[in-house]
Amino acid sequence: MMLSLPQLAEAFGQLLRNGATRPEGQAPEHPGSPGAANLAAPATACRLTDYALKGYHLDVTVSPGEVVSAASLLDGEGFALDAITGLDWMADGQMEVVYDYFHPRNALRVVVRTRLPRAEPVVPTISTVFPGANWHEREAHDFFGIRFLGHPDLTPLLLPEDADYHPLRKDFALS
Amino acid sequence: MMPQTERSAADGPQETFVLNLGPQHPATHGVLRVKLTMDGEYITRAEPVPGYIHRMHEKMGENRTWAQFLPNTSRIDYLSAMTYTHAYVAAVERAARIEVPLRAEYIRVITSELNRLSSHLVWFGAFLLDLGGFTPLLYAFDDREKILDLLEGLTGSRLTYCYYRIGGVCNDVDEAFVQGTRDFVAQMRPRFGMYRDLVTDNVILRKRLEGIGPISAELCRRYGATGPVIRGAGVPYDVRKVEPYSVYGQFDFEIPVFPEGDCMARYRVRMEEMAQSLRIIEQAIDRLPAGPVMAPSVPRVLKPPPGDCCFAVEAARGRFAVRIVSDGKEIPYRVKLRTPSFSNLSLFEEASRGMLLPDALALMGSLDLVIPDIDR
Repeated sequence: MMLSLPQLAEAFGQLLRNGATRPEGQAPEHPGSPGAANLAAPATACRLTDYALKGYHLDVTVSPGEVVSAASLLDGEGFALDAITGLDWMADGQMEVVYDYFHPRNALRVVVRTRLPRAEPVVPTISTVFPGANWHEREAHDFFGIRFLGHPDLTPLLLPEDADYHPLRKDFALS
Repeated sequence: MMPQTERSAADGPQETFVLNLGPQHPATHGVLRVKLTMDGEYITRAEPVPGYIHRMHEKMGENRTWAQFLPNTSRIDYLSAMTYTHAYVAAVERAARIEVPLRAEYIRVITSELNRLSSHLVWFGAFLLDLGGFTPLLYAFDDREKILDLLEGLTGSRLTYCYYRIGGVCNDVDEAFVQGTRDFVAQMRPRFGMYRDLVTDNVILRKRLEGIGPISAELCRRYGATGPVIRGAGVPYDVRKVEPYSVYGQFDFEIPVFPEGDCMARYRVRMEEMAQSLRIIEQAIDRLPAGPVMAPSVPRVLKPPPGDCCFAVEAARGRFAVRIVSDGKEIPYRVKLRTPSFSNLSLFEEASRGMLLPDALALMGSLDLVIPDIDR
């Protein structure tokens, strides 16, 4: 099975167009997140990147509500989850979630990213699609305080079990 | 040996009990805890509890310069430090557009493959120790000692190497290292035949490993497991071939793959892989180009342009990837370390369900876990 990059980009383009045509107000992107309303609609994009400069082939930006459909699309194409991590853009008041994917049989690397309001970073879990996401999401919750809706167990994985702090947030003070 | 069976509620009323494995237990190879729910000798649920030696390397990355973080990367998987420092320096080189001299790339390949061999030799000894065979460890450590001596002469370290630099390697190899490596390759080759005769073909070992702990290619994909785990499930995934980095594309070597998916398949992958590493080392030593070992124009204060980039390598335990984000300053904005043991262990709960406890420990040993690689 050889998967081609243009086909994959086209599939993502389709996914994003469907997302863009969704009427406003319907399909709440992050239920339980009042901060979401204040955030301007996140720009969605699908860009081919130069592997030699970036280390990945496709860079996809989706709205928080689309991370699960993006994961399902990649799951259907035989991708595996590399890692999930957060990225604190404190100056912008945003929290980015970055999903790295690799393909076990093709030389294809895809990055899916989304931005959440930093005050209330909530995004649906993709552990329903990739069970391996369970630990990565727990780790991102430990480090950044990102809440993954529908995650079976967000208790600290690497931090102490009573940890109520998120050390990779940029305002976490080093003593 | 009892066959591996699945128990279900239909078998009758169950009485389970909780058994704590670790965090201080020789079979977990470090401070890993596994919360076991047992039905007699059978595992109903095995939940790994990592984090006991979490050191927050990624936060450390955000309060020191790009070059200062380098020693941290050799202390994550301490058995495979060369490949880890390789991924980090290569990620920074990619971000800062630094061209590495060819001789330095060859030296990186030679030292990384020597490190892969020494890492697999530790696994070989420790895994057989898990299974109750003490003697092979002594032979494996004898071989490994030669590698550690070679690398100590070159780098000054025996384990946590910090030999690669952003832009190359810190000092050139000398004639003693080149000759010593040639001698080592010649000495090591016949050892594989001995290991095969004494260990691999041993009927007790085979009964202990064959058909035990099956992990399918699909299970690996769903959990992101890589390295000898996915290659022992029949998938020829090796970053050195799939995303050839450094000068790996210039060497003739094979990716050992075994389709059975059991503990024996993972054992065989690593044993064959060691012979392939020798092939790479031999070719690289023979064709070692002349020239400098450091890029001429690496700035003293490194400030990669804003943006992110990734670099993945094939470490001894699988795919190790570094994702860095720069905001144009001399300190990284973010360093994400994607470690193979983390993903490889995450499938343990699903793979060990219904297994006998001693078999599950064979399964755990066949994953070749390094605990700081999980906890970071």
